[in-house]
This record gives sequence, C-alpha cells and structure tokens, in this order.
Amino acid sequence: MGTGIQIWSTAKTLATGAIIGLTISDRYLTIVTTKGDSMHPTLTAADSFFRGDVVFAERGCLDKYKFSRGDVVIFKCPSDHNKDFVKRLIALPGEWIRIPVSQEIIKVPEGHCWVEGDNADRSWDSRSFGPIPLGLIKGRVTHIIWPPSKMGRVERKWPEDSAICSVYLQVNQPKGQLKP
Amino acid sequence: MSRFVRRLAGAPWRAIVEGAISRAVVVFCGVTVIDERVVSLTYPRGPSMLPAINIMGDLVVADKLSARYGWVSPGDVVQFVSPEDPRKTVIKRVLGMEGDAVTYLVDPANSDVSKTVVVPKGHIWVQGDNIHNSTDSRQFGPLPYGLVNGKICCRILPLKRFGLIDSKQ
Repeated sequence: MGTGIQIWSTAKTLATGAIIGLTISDRYLTIVTTKGDSMHPTLTAADSFFRGDVVFAERGCLDKYKFSRGDVVIFKCPSDHNKDFVKRLIALPGEWIRIPVSQEIIKVPEGHCWVEGDNADRSWDSRSFGPIPLGLIKGRVTHIIWPPSKMGRVERKWPEDSAICSVYLQVNQPKGQLKP
Repeated sequence: MSRFVRRLAGAPWRAIVEGAISRAVVVFCGVTVIDERVVSLTYPRGPSMLPAINIMGDLVVADKLSARYGWVSPGDVVQFVSPEDPRKTVIKRVLGMEGDAVTYLVDPANSDVSKTVVVPKGHIWVQGDNIHNSTDSRQFGPLPYGLVNGKICCRILPLKRFGLIDSKQ
C-alpha cells in the first residue's frame, strides 16, 4: 500500500512538472538542438556531442509577430510541416528585395518574410522556396547554450557577405522607379 | 466573537494561500496545454463558410491532435493561421491535399472560367463553402500545411444546431 501511494505521488509530481514545462516551452522559452551547415558560422553542426549547437528560442515574439531584420528564426518547412528550419530573417512584409541569382526585384507579400541561411552555399532557403508566411515561424533564437566555447547571445546581424546586395524599403519609392 | 477571530487568526493562512496559488497555476497550465495540443473552442466570424458555419454565434470544437498529426483529408473543415496576417485565424474547407489536382472557378460571380492547379508538396488547397464571399486559396494560393492548427469537428452552440460539421466532398 505504501509503495502504491509513493508511485501515485511520483506520478503526480511528474505530470505537474511536465504540464508546467510544456506551458513554458510553448509560450515563453524553449531549448532546440540545431543541425546542418546552413547557418555556419553562427550555428555549426558537428561541433559538439549533440551534433549541433543547442540554443534558446523565445516564443514571446509569436504574440504580435513583430520581428526585426537580422533575427535568427525557427520555422516549419513550407513543404514538410514536420521539419523545422533555422535561418536568418532578411526582409519583412512589404519590403522590396533583389534576388541574388536572377537579379529580379520582388516585394515581400503581406504576412510573409524572406529568410536566408548565413552560409549561402549550403542553405536551402527563400532563394529556393520563396517568401514564407510569418505564421510558420515558431520562435526566435536568442542564445547559444552549448557548446561552452560558443555560449552567448546570437546577435541580430546584417549579413554583409551574403548574396543579397541591397534591400529597398517601400517608403519613398515612387512606383516604377527604383533607385539603386 | 473574539474566539472566532482568534480561530481565524490561527488558521494557516500562508499555507492555504500558497496551496491555492499553486493549484491555480497547475490548472491554468493544464488548460493551456490542452487548448494548444488537444481540443479548443472557437467562435468563428464571417460569411465565408455559410451555410455550414453561421456568420456569428456558432461555438465550434477544434481538434488539435488531428491537425498536428496530419489526419486531415479533403472535405474536412480546418482552422489555420492566415498567410496574409499571422495574427488572424481562418476557418475554411480542405478541397485538395498535396498532389491533388483542384479545379476552381476563377470568378464565380461573373464568368464560368475555371482553372486547374496541382497542389504542391506539403501544401493544401482551402476554400470557403460560400465561394462568393471568401478569401481563400483562390486568392493566396496553396496553403503550407504548417499553418494548419486545428480540424473543426463539431458545433456546440447554438444548441439546436449541435452536432458534427458535415464533411462533404
């Protein structure tokens, strides 16, 4: 009888811990292990025991979907909702960008954003699948917490050596005329 | 009177309040987790799903488990984050899954012209039942499945329309 009560009590504690943990993870802060080279050198695979950098991702940004250019975000892959990608947000809704390869100039539609990996050669991103709906974003990466040598904030960086050469803001642009 | 007040003062207030707060926190977290991952209730607004769902006043149940695990097929009514504004949630019917060829009327009010589209991988085609007054895949294109966050399975209010939402082809 005593063991039964102990087991029940342990089960209740575990369930309570799980519920509180899930709530925190869904609404405030979660821990994510990243894989792949597309964000090298910011986030690198094969650096550690976990096969990739472990990061904090905050969910507070999902309340109003307010992001800044240069944020590193985690989002669901548009062609496979079970896979998550980590890339840097390059352009916000309504902004004009020049696509590197084709030199085409497009406007990022309302409710969408343009994402690219820091390591342009090894990154499958908006240059292939186009702008993604903001609703696919699941969190914003704020800190690297493992390995210890890379611990620290993930900065909002402007990708100087990425393939995007310039971003045109929609304000002050008369229709049909784009200044270089 | 003073004995009653002394008994009140002697009660373990701190323990009672701490117990109540911690229980409230656990209940709140439990409700949040269930609302996010299992089932949730929602009040759809708008004419785009007439006659299945009224312009307002209906209270429906959104099944979150089915959406998370992909147990969705054509004919189901789903709830998703709008691709035009991530702060809005939209309810429409699924007409095609990935790989399906969907034929739709481009401008039903004015002409009979129709277009056929093949739904790309990882996407679905959604349309409101009331095609004359609905913003859906005919305007914003195929919807990435990752935006779907619930399957509308049944209606609770108004009571006289209580029951499953028809899943028509």
